[in-house]
Amino acid sequence: MTQALDELKIGGLGASRKRVEDNRFIRGKGTYIDDIVLPGMLHMEILRSPVAHARIRSIDTSKAWEIPGVRLVLTGEMLASRNLAWMPTLSYDTQAVLATDKVRFQGQEVAAVIADDPYIAKDACEAIVVDYEPLPVIVNPTQALAEDAPVIRDDKENQHDNVVFEWQVGDKEATDRAFEQADVISTLDLHYPRSHPSPIECCGSIADFNRATQKLTVYLTTQAPHIIRAAVALVAELPEHMIRIIAPDIGGGFGNKVPVYPGYVVSILASILLERPVKWIEDKTGNLISTGFGRDIYLHGEMALRKDGKILAVRMHTTSDHGAFYSDAQPSKFRIGLLHSAFSCYDIPVAYLHNRGVYTNKAPGGVAYRCSFRVTEAMYFQERMMHAAANDLGMDQAEFRRINLVRDDDFPHRTAFGFLTDSGQYVKCLDKALEAIGYEDFLKQKEEAKKQGRLLGIGISTMTEPLGAGNSREFDILGIKMFDSAELRVHITGRALLRTGAKTQGQGHETTWAQIVAHELGIPAEDVVVEEGDTDTAPFGMGTYASRSTPVAGAAVAMAARKVRAKARKLAAHLLEVSEEDLEWELGRFYVRSAPERGVSIQEAAAAAYSNMPDGLEPGLEAVAYYDPPNMTWPFAAYVVTVEVDPKTGVWDVLRVVAVDDCGVRINPMIVEGQIMGGLTEAFAKASMQYITFDAEGNCIGSNYMDYLLPTAWETPGFELHEVVTPSPHHPFGAKGVGECATVGGPAAFVNAVLDAIKDTGVRNIDMPLLPHRVYEALTERHDVSGAPPVRMD
Amino acid sequence: MYPPRFRYEAPRSIDEAIALLQSGGGEAKVLAGGQSLVPLLKLRFASPELLVDINNLPGLNYHRVDPDGTLRIGALCRHVDLERSTILPERSPTMAAAAPLVADPIVRTRGTLVGSLCHADPQGDWAAVVTALGGSIVAQGPNGRRTIPVAEFVTGPFQNALAYDEIAVEAVIPAPKGTVAGGYLKLERRVGDFATAGVAVALELNGATVTRAGIGLTGVGPSTINATEAAQVLVGKPLSAETISGAAELAAAAAQPKTDHRGSAAYKRHIVATFVERILTRVNGSVQRAA
Amino acid sequence: MTSLFEEIHEAPPADVPTRRVTITVNGQRRTVEIEPRLLLAHLLRHGLRLTGTHTGCDTSNCGACTVLFDGEPIKSCTMLAVQADGHEVTTVEGLAGPSELHPIQEGFRDEHGLQCGFCTPGMMMAAKALLDRNPDPTEEEVRWALSGNLCRCTGYQNIVKAVLAAARKMRGDAPAESSGGTESSGGRESS
Repeated sequence: MTQALDELKIGGLGASRKRVEDNRFIRGKGTYIDDIVLPGMLHMEILRSPVAHARIRSIDTSKAWEIPGVRLVLTGEMLASRNLAWMPTLSYDTQAVLATDKVRFQGQEVAAVIADDPYIAKDACEAIVVDYEPLPVIVNPTQALAEDAPVIRDDKENQHDNVVFEWQVGDKEATDRAFEQADVISTLDLHYPRSHPSPIECCGSIADFNRATQKLTVYLTTQAPHIIRAAVALVAELPEHMIRIIAPDIGGGFGNKVPVYPGYVVSILASILLERPVKWIEDKTGNLISTGFGRDIYLHGEMALRKDGKILAVRMHTTSDHGAFYSDAQPSKFRIGLLHSAFSCYDIPVAYLHNRGVYTNKAPGGVAYRCSFRVTEAMYFQERMMHAAANDLGMDQAEFRRINLVRDDDFPHRTAFGFLTDSGQYVKCLDKALEAIGYEDFLKQKEEAKKQGRLLGIGISTMTEPLGAGNSREFDILGIKMFDSAELRVHITGRALLRTGAKTQGQGHETTWAQIVAHELGIPAEDVVVEEGDTDTAPFGMGTYASRSTPVAGAAVAMAARKVRAKARKLAAHLLEVSEEDLEWELGRFYVRSAPERGVSIQEAAAAAYSNMPDGLEPGLEAVAYYDPPNMTWPFAAYVVTVEVDPKTGVWDVLRVVAVDDCGVRINPMIVEGQIMGGLTEAFAKASMQYITFDAEGNCIGSNYMDYLLPTAWETPGFELHEVVTPSPHHPFGAKGVGECATVGGPAAFVNAVLDAIKDTGVRNIDMPLLPHRVYEALTERHDVSGAPPVRMD
Repeated sequence: MYPPRFRYEAPRSIDEAIALLQSGGGEAKVLAGGQSLVPLLKLRFASPELLVDINNLPGLNYHRVDPDGTLRIGALCRHVDLERSTILPERSPTMAAAAPLVADPIVRTRGTLVGSLCHADPQGDWAAVVTALGGSIVAQGPNGRRTIPVAEFVTGPFQNALAYDEIAVEAVIPAPKGTVAGGYLKLERRVGDFATAGVAVALELNGATVTRAGIGLTGVGPSTINATEAAQVLVGKPLSAETISGAAELAAAAAQPKTDHRGSAAYKRHIVATFVERILTRVNGSVQRAA
Repeated sequence: MTSLFEEIHEAPPADVPTRRVTITVNGQRRTVEIEPRLLLAHLLRHGLRLTGTHTGCDTSNCGACTVLFDGEPIKSCTMLAVQADGHEVTTVEGLAGPSELHPIQEGFRDEHGLQCGFCTPGMMMAAKALLDRNPDPTEEEVRWALSGNLCRCTGYQNIVKAVLAAARKMRGDAPAESSGGTESSGGRESS
């Protein structure tokens, strides 16, 4: 062929290629964990603690054993005799698998029954009798840190209080000095409530230990199969090469499906003991009450300001509530994740952050739910503080941000907390958002409406966030560095098989990774099949979460494809009987520079790899690439929301949502927009109705879908999406992460809008979710409204 | 997620159903729409010995207006039948306003109004509506039928006045003596949420004069609340700003809400007052325009 | 449970009640012998191996289990399988014809109306019930009809687009300007 390929037509970068995954999902032919049936499979149910903090006096399982169809009843005591009652967490703490001495949160796993079907297993769970001796309950850090507070982790030898860790970053002295120079100091106190990723599909596993082959195969809902394999090898003391983890289709992850849960471990042990496959599928209550939640962190934030609007310094004291076990899934060096990425888009000379983490009688976790490792918290704190500061200065919200945003020519920019941002057009993004919403017009509208007693409000949120963990100097989980990988094999006819160390849960990797190959090699995307999730076949990767896949695994795909191209060049030179230096490359084709009509396609080169190799060149055409990213990528966004608040009820309605996202080069614009809309919906959900809280007894409010409210199509607003494109200077094809951006930056825009609508009350904060009754309280009593637990339940 | 064991029968006549309930000796439960009962079974909050499925009983899926104006709703009339009804908007604006707000669109295809009244959930919508309309339940047992006014039918949270061998076969809304007006407002944070507070207002008018009024409240007490004092304030005169705010205040006072994660007791009372006012103000606007 | 030819279970104890029922599923009459407590969703998924219908909660909120029951959308996790005796059930597996997809399925694919795919079968069945009854819904009517089905991934906007696109196709109207989804050349459907 002599005509250049059209990259969009072959499904390369920028093509809104329809999704490969859809073919099976729209037919109901997905293979999710509960769809898998293995011969002889048994079913497991877990008995959970109804109380939040109690000593276990006794567990009587005798009646459970008597039920026909019950095969095994496991308790903490039985696990302890095998040294399995406790397991290490991803944060170097320990977590109970099945409770032994105490239960430490409502919903904690106490026993497990394995039976012929889950109905019988549930019957047997109900027949287990546990005698609890209640202990005082702790549901917030104030209670945790009180002098007479009971020690929750009395299982740990050197634990004498409920403090998990203290961590700080920044320059305290320089920050304090800057505060002394301030014209205005703006402070803000708030609680970012506990929220749960709650994918519709719950967690589950099928453990299958084969005594004949000594191999353990575990199907499970995991976003990081290789991490699970490493963890299982550690916990179960089985050799790593005899463990195979298979992540099938996953019905949503959002960080909920990263940790190692007790249910997985128990199902593995049960399979080993019974020598039959054991399936455990969690119910929604189990998922909400015990698995990896996100957030639950308190802020005392201060900003030192010059009266012309320049920010001189930022100081943040935060307290994080980790529940009963410190099991955050985050890079080990950063004990409160990347919370210190706050304020990265603003030019601030000095800053200081101190965090104290505490134990409470609640489920373990904190890092999950599209958070990019606590960047959701960072950006919420940032934009809420920016909102308060602008008001304290009497400045326009947009103007205040404009004054402080890093300028386009200031890159690379070292933030006050030590991050290196490398690219962005922040002001352009903000201006685009303001134009789209009609900023000046809306402000006029707002004033007019006020005369009729109507409350309109507009909220802005701008941020850049670090995505693509991460470089091996700084990032590891349990000591394993956070690179990722791709393996590309091109067959005789030029079709290809691609495997990566990532694991899609709806992000569309089967579609988008093929687009990268199309871009690099000119092989049509439909000719590339993508596989992920099986540790026996996939190259080692750290999985998909924290929006790291395009930045890291996607980069690895490009690098593997480039290695293939380099070898194909040798084959092409051989076929054309020229030297490599005489060749040029255009999409899908090598040609002779001095005689462009003479060329070979990538498919012809591939055939040659099997049938016509030059002397000294190995046959075959494949490559593996492991990619250690040099830096994070830095997408940027501006979100603007307008609302109307009903002053008589506190109910608020969203009028418009405008999102301007800059995630560099977009592989598949349709998929990118889908991610942003999903993220905006999470932002709306958290701002309006969705949270987990606790009453004074430690009862979890929000452990089912009647209390944990996800918005439906009826409440969810429409979204207006725009883009700016600033390629990443270091990523192989200029892409940045994007999956979590809207969840990170979105909530503050909604909250700022509502607070703007009720600005005349002088209220500085209402904790999320901004339930009607909280907004009404702010309106009528004119004070800040906290949502921190315990919630009063008369 | 997994119900406990129970016996199950699907009778084909009311007499058969009653006989089964008798044989159950109080350990049997009637299954109609199942949208409240099946979830209870799955969470194991209920473990009846016997389930009597009445979905095969013939001739119970009606809702109709008799020649004398009485509105009758059969035991198997689904929420969605009322939502789609062509006769309801004119015959009972209060019911027409409530029908789309019950649960969610999928649940509405199975759930029944009569079943909802029997379930007697303090946050159920229909009980407040039927209370405001002064309706009754017709129960059928081994000794025949009896009519129970809804205020006496709901005896407490999740408790009703049926004997163990009785089935509720019909809900009856008495014929109005004047033009009908009213509405239903519910504060829910999203579709399918339980009511933070729900207010049903049902009026009958002779010209501009209110001849009958009923106000039912849901979600603000141990059980559905019949705000009789509040309703009385409206009767015998045209609606006015004075009577409207009087009714709103008294309705709020009649509420017995608890503070919880949906809001403080004071807030819920305030919502009651606000909704009473909004419904009556809208009705008043229509009445005045019609005049 | 139903008796399956690959697995022979121990017979349940004599005092466990079972019932023989006949249900028409996707046009096929199926007779099964089951306990009354078996949920319809579980009979479909595990008894009849129609795993397209999913379960996502335990309080009848999420709608992932939505199927058509005599043409009306129901939550199959909130019905006992024995109640379906003599009735017709349609699942997602019954949507496509022998050689082509249902316009609703095409709409979801063309408009990027799914990401993880878990809520999708239930969402499509609810959409089918809507379009069978109302062939020309407004956006508001679509959102209202789907308000019993939860999605965590998409934010609903593309789902609404998908349903409206399907409605246009089913009415035989010209397609509107499509937001997403360009066909790459030679795109073939693999089944």
